[in-house]
Amino acid sequence: MDIQFFIELFFGGLTRGSIYALIALGYTLVYGIIGLINFAHGEVYMLGAFTALLIAGALGVYGLPAGGILIVAALAAIVWCSAYGYTLEKVAYKPLRGAPRLSPLISAIGMSIFLQNYVLLAQTSDFVPFPNLLPEMDFLEHIDYVMGASDFLILMVSTIAMVLLSVFIRYTRMGKAMRATAQNRKMALLLGINADRIISLTFIVGSSLAALGGVLIASHMGQVNFGIGFLAGLKAFTAAVLGGIGSIPGAMVGGLVLGLAESFTTGYFSGNYEDMLAFGILILILIFRPDGILGKATVQKV
Amino acid sequence: MQRILKAAIAALWFMLLTLPVLGIKLNVAAKSVIWRFDRILALGAGIFVLALIWDWCFTRKAAGIKIVTLPAGFNLAEIIEAFRNRRGLRLGGLALLAVVLLGMPMVSSFYQTNIMISALLYVMLALGLNIVVGLAGQLVLGYVAFYAIGAYTYGLLNQYFGLGFWACLPIGGFLTVLFGLGLGFPVLRLRGDYLAIVTLGFGEIVRLTLQNWNSVTGGPRGVSDIPRPGFFGMSMDITASTTYIYYLVLAAVIITIVVITRLKNSRVGLALQALREDEIACEAMGVDITRVKLSAFALGSCWAGFAGVIFAAKTTYINPSSFTFMESAMILSMVVLGGMGSIAGVVIAALILILAPEYLRAFSDYRMLLFGAIMVIMMLFRPQGLISGERRRYRIGALHGAEGGRS
Repeated sequence: MDIQFFIELFFGGLTRGSIYALIALGYTLVYGIIGLINFAHGEVYMLGAFTALLIAGALGVYGLPAGGILIVAALAAIVWCSAYGYTLEKVAYKPLRGAPRLSPLISAIGMSIFLQNYVLLAQTSDFVPFPNLLPEMDFLEHIDYVMGASDFLILMVSTIAMVLLSVFIRYTRMGKAMRATAQNRKMALLLGINADRIISLTFIVGSSLAALGGVLIASHMGQVNFGIGFLAGLKAFTAAVLGGIGSIPGAMVGGLVLGLAESFTTGYFSGNYEDMLAFGILILILIFRPDGILGKATVQKV
Repeated sequence: MQRILKAAIAALWFMLLTLPVLGIKLNVAAKSVIWRFDRILALGAGIFVLALIWDWCFTRKAAGIKIVTLPAGFNLAEIIEAFRNRRGLRLGGLALLAVVLLGMPMVSSFYQTNIMISALLYVMLALGLNIVVGLAGQLVLGYVAFYAIGAYTYGLLNQYFGLGFWACLPIGGFLTVLFGLGLGFPVLRLRGDYLAIVTLGFGEIVRLTLQNWNSVTGGPRGVSDIPRPGFFGMSMDITASTTYIYYLVLAAVIITIVVITRLKNSRVGLALQALREDEIACEAMGVDITRVKLSAFALGSCWAGFAGVIFAAKTTYINPSSFTFMESAMILSMVVLGGMGSIAGVVIAALILILAPEYLRAFSDYRMLLFGAIMVIMMLFRPQGLISGERRRYRIGALHGAEGGRS
């Protein structure tokens, strides 16, 4: 076995998996709190990529240095996606709290289609090139066959984001409130936690992570399209379920496992069936082990 | 006053929200940015009005008042009730409808007949999905997979074995039922939202298989030169055969409606509706959940199979891109708009959603946007759909053997 090829695939999978994990966290957070599959989450990721692209493009025209543009664009994407996530919850999910289980799900699917077509109509149906804004990273010179600048950036940023999220959930007041709401919303209300605000906060946090994922993947792939959110969203959902939905470490593990599995399948078998693998895993997991890898006993809700 | 302020804030919020995606247009080649503030302003004005309506709708909803009050002489519920109860009116209405539908290909152009065929195909699909989603309450998001299986059954059997349309129609139906059962078995234990995702995955797997299995399905190129259905070996030109297919689809839709109407009030149909209302209570009442769920899948999927075979015969060319998730979503939005479990509602919704964008060309770009919005708005304000599915009710008198019976 060619060890170099293996390492290459391994890091490819890791990069891909980190992105899935970032998006999967959004699904898991929302599911943990209100028990809803936020079908439009993939679209928020796509909006993040588009917002970053447009802001970066606009700034590029007015002549800013590349490194600065990337940071500003990423921040803009996070801000706007949080706003989108917040609005989404207010418009499409909040009025349906307490409605039959299927109602918010259908509403979410409707929102997903709506957002896709909103971007399609407002921008374009073509793939749009994403400007290359990454600084040169000389220290990667010797290992550039396994890791380019964008891979390095993805791994670094997603690791930092996940650590920050874990700290936020674990140690801050708001994080504690989120965990309490996830465990028992009524009890949390009795203890004086504003559940509505916590739910909004969950959407904002999840959407910012998705936006980050969108910016990273856009600068990695170099192009953006209105339809990228659908497949990415489904795969991230697979990752969330794989790790055990509602569990934060589960989403991270699930994302990495899915990324690695895809990368190795593509490398050793064929790239044609890459997407099918994710759906196959999703179906098998949901049927045989709906609690995911980390299992029910260890599930740590939000 | 406070409402106006709220609406203004909402408008401002949405203007900020849509600023990048709607407001910035990049010209990559010329390296320039076009700021489209006119659009943002137009959107703001639109949102302002919408927010006022939105607020008004929610106040009325909260107060329990109907959102739309029809003028006194035109009470939709009464008209529907009249159609349900007065035999003469019903027969008259049906006769008028029959004349219009039967006469349609004689007066309309080739193009319009074609549109009507696809609208009727969607009616069939929506009615089929209505069994699974509307009656049984199982949210299936990969319904288009069954449509694809039907279409490819005809396409491939014809290509490799030379089987004709009439031989493939039952085979297509049978195969989709098999697939429906095959999907139904493993997902028996799943709850609503997981079921939705698994069926979505199933739909995508079917599409990806068709797309990647080059040696058999022709891959992304699909299957071409599928013959149109024959009529006792008569040779027909394209216009005549389109008219023929129109009548065929019409007959298929009528059969579907009759069968589903009968089904709804049958033992199985009632069990399906009990399943929708409450799975646990349903099981406690002695209904075999496994059997009922499987029959829902089987009964729902076979119509998509038939529709698929007819679709392949109509277009004579099929490829995987006709069977994307968007199609499933479209069919679902028809069921949602029409009213889950309501046959008349679903038929009307399917016709509106297919025909309106065809005839209002200005709207055709906004079609999918509208479909998405419809799904959200219906869930918020009228989850039972345009015409809510009628429930079978018994009067006490009927139980004592007096007149009345169903009402």
